[in-house]
Amino acid sequence: MNKHQLDRVRHMHNVPGAVTPQHEQIPCPVDLMTDPTVVLSVKDLSVQIGGRLLVQGVTFNLRAGELCGLIGENGSGKTTLLRTLVGLQPSPHGRVTICGLEPAKSRSLVGYVPQKINFGPDVPLRVYDLVQLGCDGHRLGLRWFSRRLHQQVERTLSAVGAESFAYQRIGELSGGQQQRAVIAHAMARQPRVLLLDEPLANLDFRSANELVRLLGHLTREHGIAVLVTAHDMNPLLPLMDRIVYLAQGRAASGSVNEVVEAQCLSRLYGYPVAVLRYGGRILVLPDVDPQKSDNCYLDQKDAADEGQV
Amino acid sequence: MLTWLAQILHSEFLNSAPVQTALLVGSGAAVVSAVIGVFTILRGQAFAGHALGDISSAGGSASFLLNISPLVGFLGIAAIAAVGMEFLGVRKIREQDIATGIVFGAGLGLSSLLLYFDITSTSTTGAAVTVMFGSIFALSPDLVWPALIVAAIALATIALLYRPMLLSVADTELAVMRGISIRWVGLLQLLTLAVASALGCLTVGSLLATALLLGPAGAALHLCRKPGVAILWAVALGLLAVWVGIWMAYESYYWFPTPWPVSFFVVAIILMLYLLSVPCQYAFRKFAAARTADNAGS
Amino acid sequence: MFASFMTNTWITATIIAVTAGILGFFVVIRRSAFAAHVLPLGTFPGAAAAQLLGVQPLWGLLVFVAFGVVLLQQLERLGRKDVAAGLVLVTIMALGSLFLSMSRAYGEATFSILFGQLLGVSRTQLLAVAIISAFVIAGVICLFRRLLLQSAFPELALTRGISAGMTNLLFLALLGLVTATALPVVGALLVFSLLIAPAATAQTFTAHPIKALALSIVLSLVVIWSAIVFSFWTNWPIGFFVGATGAVLFSAARTFRYVRSRWWSRQRFVEPTHPDKEHLDHPHHQDADEHHHH
Repeated sequence: MNKHQLDRVRHMHNVPGAVTPQHEQIPCPVDLMTDPTVVLSVKDLSVQIGGRLLVQGVTFNLRAGELCGLIGENGSGKTTLLRTLVGLQPSPHGRVTICGLEPAKSRSLVGYVPQKINFGPDVPLRVYDLVQLGCDGHRLGLRWFSRRLHQQVERTLSAVGAESFAYQRIGELSGGQQQRAVIAHAMARQPRVLLLDEPLANLDFRSANELVRLLGHLTREHGIAVLVTAHDMNPLLPLMDRIVYLAQGRAASGSVNEVVEAQCLSRLYGYPVAVLRYGGRILVLPDVDPQKSDNCYLDQKDAADEGQV
Repeated sequence: MLTWLAQILHSEFLNSAPVQTALLVGSGAAVVSAVIGVFTILRGQAFAGHALGDISSAGGSASFLLNISPLVGFLGIAAIAAVGMEFLGVRKIREQDIATGIVFGAGLGLSSLLLYFDITSTSTTGAAVTVMFGSIFALSPDLVWPALIVAAIALATIALLYRPMLLSVADTELAVMRGISIRWVGLLQLLTLAVASALGCLTVGSLLATALLLGPAGAALHLCRKPGVAILWAVALGLLAVWVGIWMAYESYYWFPTPWPVSFFVVAIILMLYLLSVPCQYAFRKFAAARTADNAGS
Repeated sequence: MFASFMTNTWITATIIAVTAGILGFFVVIRRSAFAAHVLPLGTFPGAAAAQLLGVQPLWGLLVFVAFGVVLLQQLERLGRKDVAAGLVLVTIMALGSLFLSMSRAYGEATFSILFGQLLGVSRTQLLAVAIISAFVIAGVICLFRRLLLQSAFPELALTRGISAGMTNLLFLALLGLVTATALPVVGALLVFSLLIAPAATAQTFTAHPIKALALSIVLSLVVIWSAIVFSFWTNWPIGFFVGATGAVLFSAARTFRYVRSRWWSRQRFVEPTHPDKEHLDHPHHQDADEHHHH
């Protein structure tokens, strides 16, 4: 979107149904054909890499303030799907729109946090610099000092909880801190959608919990739509509003209760699946004895909770 | 103070034409090499910088033969090689150490052939030394303006692309996500590297130009965290090495039976500065950690 | 060209080519291209100092070989940090240039040491090269299995009790000796090419170690002999022909391999399967699709 389009959009009414954000946000352009609350819309998308088809028929919508988990085993195409959504990977079939725009045109509305974050210890950038580059890294010429820019950076850092190490070199931080830095970088221009690729993969238990808390904060307080890939859905369960489950080159999307249940997953996998629930956690067991393919509640109390939901 | 300054300005050293040429071209080379050197190291393309220097030797040799300005010779070949490297994928250069080594072998062989032609056609043997190890005192004064203009263009390009280059150096995918065209930024970065390499070849010869490119920048990266400050440090160290090197080479005429080459002094000083920076980085880290603790506390 | 005064040159060159071919084979397997790059440049001041003192380059080089090997060990310990290694190397070359500048034949000496010279080889030199090469070949034969095992499977070698450090040191010492013999003939800048190009070409054609070793020696001989012949005819520097021949051989091998692999992949092209959505509810159809994958 160029500056004029953005200005025009700023003058439009706020999107109904979205959470009131704390800072100024760019409302989505109202497209009469689609639901204006939908921030990310994916229709019948095929995902491929190197000429090999990984997944097809992916369809789901994401609204502002929702958190969607993209769950699948290693090799099921999660990372490639995410890269296709942001336009880093071409797709042979299907349509992706972000606030009604194509991925290539909506770069400023999207924040992407890749899986492999590896800053060498020599890189002379502080976290502050990285976030600053997130705001204006594409501009040509030297940068003049701007109070507004400084405040924007400070706000982003505090929103993400990275103030304590903001002035250290990125390369010297721990993995979890580096990840925060990259999240701050992705958040620098106040995107509507934040996509994170396996953020929980290499974190220890405590850092993973902190990250989940942060994501919840971002969705609730800032009204950002968040899409997270993971191979284990359990850490995200408290926050997940919807889930996209990838298996055998196909995808099923919907709410957690709709998708993560025996019949739906059996159809998806193509062989019998059992789903175990215990103490608020879910375990998917593919390829069980066909007679055992069912939803199991190891604790009657869980069954009662599910009944209420 | 003023009399001391006047003494320096009127000294025989600063008033001799070869020295003035050497100082101007050398300073241009030092500044451009330092600035682009910082980015080259960060991008992990130190080997590419080394490669360009070696390949440029063919251009320098050719320039003797064709009787054109050595700047044009060095710069032409370096630019072509830079474009070629970008299209072949510079990132691959490191992985295929063997393939690139063989290509350099061929390139250096070509230089040897051209130098041989120089020797036989002009019946002077100085070409090999000038191309490989530099003879900055023998440069023609006509070179000064073109060299400085080319240096200025390179610096302007870097200034223009400063932020995109910085982001693409930190992480390529993040840069793509910001809408930066990695291809163009990479190409322009390599072209400015070619300029730095050509000027470095003029100053200290193609075999030693790597020192001017990587040394001050490497030392500066040990000393500070902010990219802008690192670049300033690199420029300062580069200029220091070149000026002191030129001065020492000039004075060596009086100190030793035969004068020692400028390139030796410049390279030796750069190595010394680099070695000094290595322990300094630990001191600076402690200092920085203490300051961060203060910041966090307040 | 085959006059009597050239006999010594031919013999010397042949010996050098054989040892270079053998050592080069191991250099490529061990991926020690870095060592092959550093050693000639690190010993180069030796040749320059020899020039200054008016002795044959070989003696100066031998003295500096120890220095070169130690330097290489230190640089590898630095973790191969590109910047530090590059700077040290360049400084050593500058030192060499300093020595050259102090000698009387600055320009010629620079040229011949950097790019090699087709020398009239004296009896003593031939003898020296022969003895050194015999020693190197004997060393390689002793260490052959160790080197092969350690180069291909370093962890396995460790469990067998083969110390990596000692083997590495011995190997570098042998490499240094070969460098010292080869440098006066092909030049400091082209020793790398002589070591690497034939061996890399050989390994592109075959993975069998003995075959690759033999091919490496053969190609090395081809390179040196053709370089001598061409250099004799045209009077052009030997280094040029070594570099050019090496590059031609290597690129020919790579192109051949590339073309061959493309031809193969076209033979075995597999259609990607498109699982049909309608078959979702039929497990049997699903199984059929699975088999199509393979």
